[in-house]
Amino acid sequence: MKIGIPKAFLYYRYRWLWETFFEELGCEVVLSPDTNKGIIKTGAKSSIDESCLSSKIYLGHVEWLIDKCDYILVPRVASYTRDQIVCSKLWSAYDVVQNVFRDRNVKILDYNIDYAKNKTEFMAFLQMGRKLKKRRFSILRAYFMAKQAEKMMHEQRIKQQNEILQTRDKLKILIVSHSYNINDPLIGRPILERLSALNAIPIIAEIVERATAVQLAREISPTLKWSYNQELLGAIALYKDRIDGIILLTAFPCGPDSLVNEVIIRKIKDKPIISLLVDEQEGQAGLETRIESFIDIINFKRGEVKTLGENFL
Amino acid sequence: MKVSFPRMGNYDVPIRYFVRRVFDAEVVTPPAITKRTLELGSIHSPDFVCAPFKFNLGNHIEALENGADTLIQFGGICRLGYYGELHEQILRDLGYEFEFINLAGMRMKNPKSVWDMLKRYNEKLTIETLATTLPTAFTMVKQMDELEKHIRKNIGFEVNAGSYDLLYKAYLTEAEQVKSKKELKRAFSHYLKEIKAVKVNLPKDLLKVGLIGEYFTVIEPFANHFLEKELAAMKIYVTRNLNISTTVFHRDMPKLLKRVQHYVKYDIGATGIDTINAALSFARKNYDGLIHVKSFGCMPEIDAMSILQNISHDHEIPILYLTFDTQTAEAGIKTRLEAFHDMILMRSNTTRR
Repeated sequence: MKIGIPKAFLYYRYRWLWETFFEELGCEVVLSPDTNKGIIKTGAKSSIDESCLSSKIYLGHVEWLIDKCDYILVPRVASYTRDQIVCSKLWSAYDVVQNVFRDRNVKILDYNIDYAKNKTEFMAFLQMGRKLKKRRFSILRAYFMAKQAEKMMHEQRIKQQNEILQTRDKLKILIVSHSYNINDPLIGRPILERLSALNAIPIIAEIVERATAVQLAREISPTLKWSYNQELLGAIALYKDRIDGIILLTAFPCGPDSLVNEVIIRKIKDKPIISLLVDEQEGQAGLETRIESFIDIINFKRGEVKTLGENFL
Repeated sequence: MKVSFPRMGNYDVPIRYFVRRVFDAEVVTPPAITKRTLELGSIHSPDFVCAPFKFNLGNHIEALENGADTLIQFGGICRLGYYGELHEQILRDLGYEFEFINLAGMRMKNPKSVWDMLKRYNEKLTIETLATTLPTAFTMVKQMDELEKHIRKNIGFEVNAGSYDLLYKAYLTEAEQVKSKKELKRAFSHYLKEIKAVKVNLPKDLLKVGLIGEYFTVIEPFANHFLEKELAAMKIYVTRNLNISTTVFHRDMPKLLKRVQHYVKYDIGATGIDTINAALSFARKNYDGLIHVKSFGCMPEIDAMSILQNISHDHEIPILYLTFDTQTAEAGIKTRLEAFHDMILMRSNTTRR
């Protein structure tokens, strides 16, 4: 059995969980390719104009998988606790895909995570396994293995990042961006490459110990409810003293970011921040220039402080 | 203490009724929304935040200018739930001094926490005052929704132009003065009778249009460029189900999901399911068309549109999609409305023949 996984949206958060789970169940995983211009184009065609770039990319990936697998995985994620929510784009992903591609005879594998309504991940995976006609024991085993793999990868990424944060001689720039944007080959990757070319080290806010980050975010912004934004905001608090500047990278017109980025800019005063917006038409040139001048300014400021220090000595 | 709150439609009347009694305070209602309100709100808002954020912020600024010292911001189940925190920050950064009551930070389902909050602002508040004021304010909202629903359908056809407006305004004025729920009910039955007695000239071939979409932009006339007035002028019978009664007071999500199960499996956020449910029920009642209204970037409504397109196709009902931003041109909306009107008129003529 072939399970198609769109390489967009929650893939970048759940890839280890999903891939291990299906492989342990003896399914073949078919991934859509890295986001490319063609995928954005087809995705935009199936989308309502005003949708965010990330969701257009998602539909592009889903469409690519049609006819290439037995099932396409399209989960619904609504909440992780009673007082948190996830962006409504992820509430609706399943129903939007169903409605947009309803004439294409697509078989969708879905599951529902909504802790506010007592829909847990464990139950969701159990049901999904049953839909694939697997035995209860093998489902439990696969889920357990998948959770292990997920945990291990997550810890490893955090450990790696903490090592990078020890670097002293280079500028470290924190990129605050949803996992599906920073990891997307067309949205985040060019920014990472640009930073490296400028001899700066990108630090990824999405790679963070999540429970700690959410706790920190609650202190800064008590009424913030979007889990992913809480993690990002908490990451700023957690990494702030070890970085030189912050890039807020957003896909146009992201609903949660439209408010949260403004809150970040107004509440985090002691680090230089720029906000970068990527949309469907955007060429990379404009963004590159802005990143360059941002790095220049930080370097200039650092130099100034250094020279001042030398003079005083 | 001078209390203020953002406006939406005519709901300032029951809110004022409640705040005045329960907070035992003077109320500074923000001036009716104008271009200036929107401009003030927009300048200080993030670029691509949804328009209601900008309207609410404009209300707050104009209220502060008029002497308000305490602002209430409502919470909600979409971005609205995060408005308050940023509003407060923006207003403080602008240098205003005020008390901010952010209802989003409160556990509204916990009576104790609501009571404690009210007590903090009004020490003299008694259970009796709250227990009489709250149901009266709720009843007022329900009455308004009922009267408005009747008026919306018929206002395009009144024989003496302005009859409905006059009566409805009189009702609002009287409702705000009542001392008890009993008095309110008496006022209501009086005006309901009068309003139902208004002479209308309903043609045989009525053009019926259902209004659906995003909460604020549907309900606040300024935000949708007085769409309902335009439709009345075109002699269209207009129905909308979206109001506080149907969403805040009587909303049964499992039941809604069951009604729309042919198209949707899960709740898609905010009032997206209400939009789809309303569209289906209008389509089944053979309405001539639907108008979907929202502010730019409203996520649940954008997702609802993907589903509405299928409903439109299956039920052969035309849908006009209108997106309102802070800079939507008046002429553009008017032209599209006129074209839509001509189209549904033509369709109804051919099908009826």
